[in-house]
Amino acid sequence: MTTTERVTTFDDNDQQPTGYGRMLRKEDQRFVRGKGTFCDDVQLPGMLYMAILRSPVAHARIVAVDTMAAEAHPKVKAVLTGAMLAERKLAWMPTLANDVQAVLATDKVRYQGQEVAAVVAEDRYSARDALELIEVDYEMLDPVVWARTALEPGAPVVRDDLEGKADNHCFDWETGDEAATAVVFASADVTVSEDMVYPRVHPAPMETCGCVADFRSFDETLTVWCTTQAPHAHRTLYSLVAKVPEHKIRVIAPDIGGGFGNKVPIYPGYICAIVASLMTGKPVKWMEDRYENLVSTAFARDYIMRGEIAATSDGRILAVRAHVLADHGAFNGVATPSKYPAGFFGVFTGSYDLEAAYCKVTAVYTNKAPGGVAYSCSFRITEAVYLVERLVACLADRLGMDPVELRTKNFIRPEQFPYTSKTGWVYDSGDYATAMRLATELAGYAELRADQAERRARGELMGVGVSFFTEAVGAGPRRDMDIFGLGMVDGCELQVHPTGTAILRVSCMSQGQGHETTFAQIVAEELGIPPADIHVVNGDTDNTPFGLGTYGSRSTPVSGASAVLVARSVREKAKIVASGMLEVSLHDLEWEKGAFTVRGAPFRRVSIQEIAMAAHGPGDLPPEVEGGLEAQICYNPENLTYPFGAYICVVDIDPATAQVTVRRLVAVDDCGTRINDMIIEGQVHRGLTDGVGMALMEILAFDDQGNCLGSSLMDYLLPTALEVPTWETGFTVTPSPHHPIGAKGIGESATVGSPAAIVNAVVDALRPLGVHHVDMPLTPSRVWDAMRGKPSPPY
Amino acid sequence: MQVSMSVNGEEVTEEIEGRLLLVHFLRDQLGLTGTHWGCDTSNCGTCVVWMDREPVKSCTVLAAMAGGHDIRTVEDLEQDGFLDPVQLGFMQCHGLQCGFCTPGMMMTARAFLDRNPDPTDHEIREAISGQVCRCTGYTTIVRSIRWAAMHEAAGAGKDAP
Repeated sequence: MTTTERVTTFDDNDQQPTGYGRMLRKEDQRFVRGKGTFCDDVQLPGMLYMAILRSPVAHARIVAVDTMAAEAHPKVKAVLTGAMLAERKLAWMPTLANDVQAVLATDKVRYQGQEVAAVVAEDRYSARDALELIEVDYEMLDPVVWARTALEPGAPVVRDDLEGKADNHCFDWETGDEAATAVVFASADVTVSEDMVYPRVHPAPMETCGCVADFRSFDETLTVWCTTQAPHAHRTLYSLVAKVPEHKIRVIAPDIGGGFGNKVPIYPGYICAIVASLMTGKPVKWMEDRYENLVSTAFARDYIMRGEIAATSDGRILAVRAHVLADHGAFNGVATPSKYPAGFFGVFTGSYDLEAAYCKVTAVYTNKAPGGVAYSCSFRITEAVYLVERLVACLADRLGMDPVELRTKNFIRPEQFPYTSKTGWVYDSGDYATAMRLATELAGYAELRADQAERRARGELMGVGVSFFTEAVGAGPRRDMDIFGLGMVDGCELQVHPTGTAILRVSCMSQGQGHETTFAQIVAEELGIPPADIHVVNGDTDNTPFGLGTYGSRSTPVSGASAVLVARSVREKAKIVASGMLEVSLHDLEWEKGAFTVRGAPFRRVSIQEIAMAAHGPGDLPPEVEGGLEAQICYNPENLTYPFGAYICVVDIDPATAQVTVRRLVAVDDCGTRINDMIIEGQVHRGLTDGVGMALMEILAFDDQGNCLGSSLMDYLLPTALEVPTWETGFTVTPSPHHPIGAKGIGESATVGSPAAIVNAVVDALRPLGVHHVDMPLTPSRVWDAMRGKPSPPY
Repeated sequence: MQVSMSVNGEEVTEEIEGRLLLVHFLRDQLGLTGTHWGCDTSNCGTCVVWMDREPVKSCTVLAAMAGGHDIRTVEDLEQDGFLDPVQLGFMQCHGLQCGFCTPGMMMTARAFLDRNPDPTDHEIREAISGQVCRCTGYTTIVRSIRWAAMHEAAGAGKDAP
């Protein structure tokens, strides 16, 4: 395995490769014409519209729900309440984390924005009108807003629906060796401890969540057009919850307007729309507005962390320890492999070769929306990377060492791979020092430090921040990883048509990642059929094989591998057909991309297109094949893939206003073998923008009553073109040894890796003022407080 | 009430409720679903269309207010089978991923380039700063719009796919 390095540019984007390489996206043809089909674009004859009444308060007992006036509205067709759902045993549904969640509240409301009732009407405006006619009598309860006090004796109990529940404890989880870590800490030359909060944020895709549910009573079939990243998992859950046999359910994920993990869970609105269609016999559309999306659907992060790092005085990192208080909201609704309640936070040892590590996570219920694993977090590796990369920065500060030098000194070395971390993760491949060096070269690191010294002398506040991350993406294998009892594997089906074009059906689901292009390229590379001749189908459970879908950067590591192997399986069949066509034995055939030739007689060749025609033709075929040219497989990954990267951020802070400006952000990523550089760069750019958003702007804040203060895009600030710089990217290539083409995931790398670089840069800028840590978001007021010696956590 | 306006060059007359938003009029009543809706607060810009060649956020305009005006949507960018250089630029420079913000972005970009055919990158960023994209990080959108400006000047826009 070798690592190659390259600086990326956007030249030559318009090549038409026959396999990997820059290729313009096939899906763009419809999107630039406004011809995408998003969920709200689905219009069915006789379709009704549903709107949801939500709780205005965080915690209250429901005394009465009066829907009479709403039902009397001339355009209203049905009103759903929790009591009505309870009669059908549908008032509660399972979450993906083996908890339960209210579909419509029956006993209490447990967060502001929780679903209380639903109205189905002839048009969307009337449905909204009728919500105003529903009267709910609430008996106010004290809310549990803050995780820090949720476990105090006497705190109100959020989940009194759970039998015998007398506190707000959700779960404890630990990993590593507590005793061994304590020993290392006790004898270390230097230890550094830092309290940090990764605030509650929201993925906020541009398209909100929604669905169109269409139940046909005459044949009892249910079709659900749904904003889902995991259509097959949704089908199984709808079947279990709504008690419709699974073969009569078809889930169609149309074009998805961004997901980022927000569109993995099953939301109450989906269930209500299905029930509403069952009740009315009509198709029912439900689309959230932005308020609903921000206050009720899967949030992300909300980890209150204490991190500690131990090292020798010359900068050898020995151990890392973490204690986390996790706010899971009112229901444990995380979408994470079931044996991993804290997601993959266990990779908090980062990219370093340690002697010991230990972590304990305590999760609590509060009167806030459920969620926690979303926003391109790679199952909480965002939090893990932020923790360890802030700790390493603090250690460098304490030791007076350069942060690049300190990291490089402690990296897991290339010859140590596969490397088993102190928390049991088997890192597949890496060459960290090379990526770090390329990042310093691209950034001009030495010059930046010189520039910083000059500016500091002039009283300017400039900072340079470094982060290095390793991710673990591409869940399963199935023996370790399942969601809701469904093993994390992905299927793939490939049919080559008689004329030599092909259709590939995949179980993953694009939300903008360009699967129609990259998956065609994967098959093209294996079979020599041009990508333009390969149609990729995703997002329709009737037309794709079973698989767990797209989140946690798992499309390329899992479905991508599946596409490679299904193409190779087709190639093996093609070889048998070719042997019959050329009248030679199999071992006399050689594959050159797109054709089989006879060994020693290369002019005797048959192309894959000719083979496809023969495979469907009238003549006899060799006895080993039955005809046709197709295959189906299910790929169960051997291990996760471990992409990594080195990021360097440069910030300037206005001393008069405390406004942080990201001047530059240089990202070097290694996702192993690269399929389409253009698309990979796009994925990295997106994550870097997430990083700026989370580090500087985004927070789902709450007041003491549990009112969400980030409930519109006026309050929940997302980066625009003016808050972000022109991104600078480079890459190295260290293939994964266990993935069939050596590819690793990339979709979340920059979201995971960049926040620490930005925060490290800001703290670096403020170091002359004696600042050692500031929590995100680094808004002017929070930075101003830090500059005045009063940094405070956001909560 | 009844409203009449020109939409993509065609006169339409429809019965509407006075409170109907232009975005819903275009999407639900006329079936022009290329224009999207993304927020309630005029922040995201995914609903941008032109009213008399000025970009407006159609979630903040009543259909009734559009009466008598000339409305243009993303569906009108392609003319006589030729994509606008802005559409080509977005394809060439990977200026879109999920495609949800794209129609609004392109409508703003087209109107901007009509006023400022040779913009700086910063001017492009200012022009699209009333719009949010969650996928691209904007660098490729800036490149896409610059691509359109360059290829418009060279008259090459109509040669590409």
